[in-house]
Amino acid sequence: MPSGADYVRLLPELILTVAGAIIMLLEAAMGNRRSRNGLGYFSLIALAAAAVGSVIAFKNGGPAFGGLVIVDGYATFFRILVIGVGFLSVLQSFQYLQRERANTGEYYALILFSLVGQCVMVSANELIMVFIGLEISSIATYVLADFLRDDKRNNESSIKYFLLGSFATAFLLYGIAWIYGATGTTSLPGIRPALEAGRGMNLAGVAAALMFVGFAFKVSAVPFQIWAPDVYQGAPAPVSAFMSAGPKAAAFAVLVRVFITAFDPIVAKWDPFVWSCALLTMIVGNFAALTQPNIKRMLAYSSIAHAGYILVAVAAHSYIGIAALMFYLAAYAFMQVGAFAVISYFSRQGERYVNVDDLAGLGWRQPMVAALFTVLLLSFIGVPLTAGFFGKFYIFKAALDAGLVWLAVLGLLNSAVAAYYYLRILVVMYFREPGEASDSVAAPGVAIQIALWGSVLGTLILGIYPSLVLNFATYSSQFGR
Amino acid sequence: MNLLTVVLALPLLAFLVAILLPKDIPGLSRLFALGTSLIVFAVSLGLIAPFWFHTPHGWAFETDLNWIDSPRIHYHVAIDGVSLWLILLTTLLTPICVLLSWRYIDKHVREFYAFLLLLEFGLIGVFCSLDLFLFYVFWEVALVPMYFLIGVWGYDRRIYAAVKFFLYTMAGSVLMLGAIIYLYNQAGGTFDYVEILRQFQVGQLGLSSQAELLLFLAFFIAFAIKVPLFPLHTWLPDAHVEAPTAGSVMLASVMLKMGTYGLLRFCLPLFPAAAHECSSWIVTLAIIGIIYGALVAMVQPNMKKLVAYSSVSHLGFVVLGLFSFTQAGMDGAVYQMLNHGISTGALFLLVGFLNERRHSLEISAYGGVAAVAPGLARAFMITMLASIGLPMLNNFVGEFLVLQGAALADFKWAVFAAIGVILSACYMLWLYQRVFFGRASADLQHHMYDLNLREWACIVPLIVMMVWMGCFTQSFMPSITTSTAGILEKTRTNLEIHVRRTPPARSVLEARVAR
Repeated sequence: MPSGADYVRLLPELILTVAGAIIMLLEAAMGNRRSRNGLGYFSLIALAAAAVGSVIAFKNGGPAFGGLVIVDGYATFFRILVIGVGFLSVLQSFQYLQRERANTGEYYALILFSLVGQCVMVSANELIMVFIGLEISSIATYVLADFLRDDKRNNESSIKYFLLGSFATAFLLYGIAWIYGATGTTSLPGIRPALEAGRGMNLAGVAAALMFVGFAFKVSAVPFQIWAPDVYQGAPAPVSAFMSAGPKAAAFAVLVRVFITAFDPIVAKWDPFVWSCALLTMIVGNFAALTQPNIKRMLAYSSIAHAGYILVAVAAHSYIGIAALMFYLAAYAFMQVGAFAVISYFSRQGERYVNVDDLAGLGWRQPMVAALFTVLLLSFIGVPLTAGFFGKFYIFKAALDAGLVWLAVLGLLNSAVAAYYYLRILVVMYFREPGEASDSVAAPGVAIQIALWGSVLGTLILGIYPSLVLNFATYSSQFGR
Repeated sequence: MNLLTVVLALPLLAFLVAILLPKDIPGLSRLFALGTSLIVFAVSLGLIAPFWFHTPHGWAFETDLNWIDSPRIHYHVAIDGVSLWLILLTTLLTPICVLLSWRYIDKHVREFYAFLLLLEFGLIGVFCSLDLFLFYVFWEVALVPMYFLIGVWGYDRRIYAAVKFFLYTMAGSVLMLGAIIYLYNQAGGTFDYVEILRQFQVGQLGLSSQAELLLFLAFFIAFAIKVPLFPLHTWLPDAHVEAPTAGSVMLASVMLKMGTYGLLRFCLPLFPAAAHECSSWIVTLAIIGIIYGALVAMVQPNMKKLVAYSSVSHLGFVVLGLFSFTQAGMDGAVYQMLNHGISTGALFLLVGFLNERRHSLEISAYGGVAAVAPGLARAFMITMLASIGLPMLNNFVGEFLVLQGAALADFKWAVFAAIGVILSACYMLWLYQRVFFGRASADLQHHMYDLNLREWACIVPLIVMMVWMGCFTQSFMPSITTSTAGILEKTRTNLEIHVRRTPPARSVLEARVAR
């Protein structure tokens, strides 16, 4: 019988589920003409409550429901991270949805449901739970990607995401089946001793490979990245913000937990794969991003490149590496959501202006937005005093610690290549004369401003006082033992 | 509060205020920038105090505060005799840059001055950081405002130049970052320059010769790009030509010194064996740069490009002096860093004045300026003579010491480098002849006018410095010598061979240091 403590440990998931259900009910009860902003505000409150709930759950941390779920620092870190991503994504949605005449309650409910899945994922301590969490999160995200259902690009994005995503999930499930066959358990702490005892090592190798494919798809690592540019480009901008940061962070969290907890005994088998995958991902992402005229597509490739950096931290296979990964994902979430907030704001109805060149002269027409965007871009480049810099710094430090000197050097050179395409946006915003798109843009609404300022402040705080987050990350990275 | 921290913090505060000033009152931004940069300069003069009467051997104005726990990063700043003068060079040139842009910059005035102040902050930080990590932070911070200065307020090909400038520096500095992290791990978790040096000296930290060579190269390439050393110099002419005058001045006078300062402060004492090992080809590149820069300068039709290539040549002298591993060479190198800052800064400034009048950088557009603008011609004459290395003016002292040091190390080096001195006279005098002598065309007479009060205020301090540094070397040299002697001593820790070649003259210098 589950005890009260079990429910407390699942508090954020419960809050989000209930809030999502309430929004669905209210939506049905509301008249057609009423603005749905109220539901959006309600979802913001629910998200804040869920964040508080995560902290409460952490204070009463421990395994729950017979070890299906574990609430430790690691889980809490990612719960708060994905909830934060949800918060900033909802903030940038109001104006966007009104503009597209699609401001309905389902949108907010879907975001909450997707977050439920991600919270389950990051706190799962058992492979079936991982799978369930992944599915909850993914299905909600498939729907979100097609939220403007009359838009062809939305349709394409969603179908692509759905087909390839299901395929990847199948790989994951198949891997789970193999590991169950090999060790007779799906519990992460249970698999480890079995492997340490040397039971079913070859089967476990196949299982690890299959599961890695599944996760690699979710984090858009090469060679499973093909979907990401099309999906991020096609989906509505706030949704792209959400799904390029939240599910990705959750997938990385699970990947690390599974591979460090369960597959640690066979690290020699999977580490070379992660290593080469990291290198390829950085290179493909960065070089493909160089020539993209569409910002959303460019950010998609850049997010692939960032996945590459993060995989470097996985390849380092150390606690410092895990802490670096956690820090990087937090930094990345702020940057990515903030950058998409600028697009949500700037693109206008039907996402008319989503090319880099459209931003011409924005620096002189909307100096505040451009300045905030500049901070985010500098953070993407990795200029010191921004979160992106410390993220890269910790990751490459972990890599050097682990003796991956060449991977670190190639990664650093990659980040110099990346500077080029981020600089291109700066060039356009400040060095070109304002064009039609910048001239006609209205001042940003309050919600967008909060989203932007929130991401920029997060970026700066992590960049100037990284200890705030890093200490907690270091503390909670020790879950493997 | 520590004076150095005040000097460092003031430009940052000024930047934050400047960016918030009202957009549509450009005059206010100008006055604010001028006022604050003058205040910073006045305050920074206080930094001389401990160096004036007796030269301290260690660090002055040291502050060491905890910034980040893990990895252990400290806000550790202090100055010695070398950083002191580089900081003063920065704080002197910033108000001059504000003043010289007074009329010329008429769009986005507020942002221009804000970036200038941010640049000052970054540059001062570079010259006083004693924590490798902090150094890297400032190194990159200085990059961003310069990128904007070139990109927004530059000439036609500004975007190309700005991006090239950024990417060149970035590519070099990421490797340096890798080396810094590696060093941190080896040194048991510290970025502190003083601490790492101590560990090297007591033998607590040892590197294999291969690792030392790679680390040296990682630092060296980052600095060599910035210097710039032949063949990594190609970004420089582009950046200089496209930058607005103030940008060119700051770039040539101060930013290039980041590279040579880094070589002196980090490359030599941290990796002495590798530095010795590579010195022969580095010196070769430096000499190629001296001669190549001078030859290319000679054939430039564009004044700014001419001065830019002359920078490549002059900076070659600095690198030559540093890698001669002699006291005279090092002193000369540091002195030459300052000289180049003053005289090349002044040249860019005067070229900027010419351009503001005639709206052309082509030498062929001029001729006979001396007849129309005698004051401008005189100022240019003194600056040009200083740049050539006329005795009693600043560059002479630096070039002399560098050549002396090079001759002590290997006489051939001095012979080849001296060719560069001769060539510099050729291209400068020829430039002067073509621009200022001859008959002034009617068009030129119509546009050209003499220096006004504001412009005199820009150029006079620099001319005063040229004469002062040329005649009263003793005002600057003792503090420089003390610092370079200390650095030179560290480069000898595990090498004896160059000690044999040390001339008797060095002991005189050392005796003075000891006193």
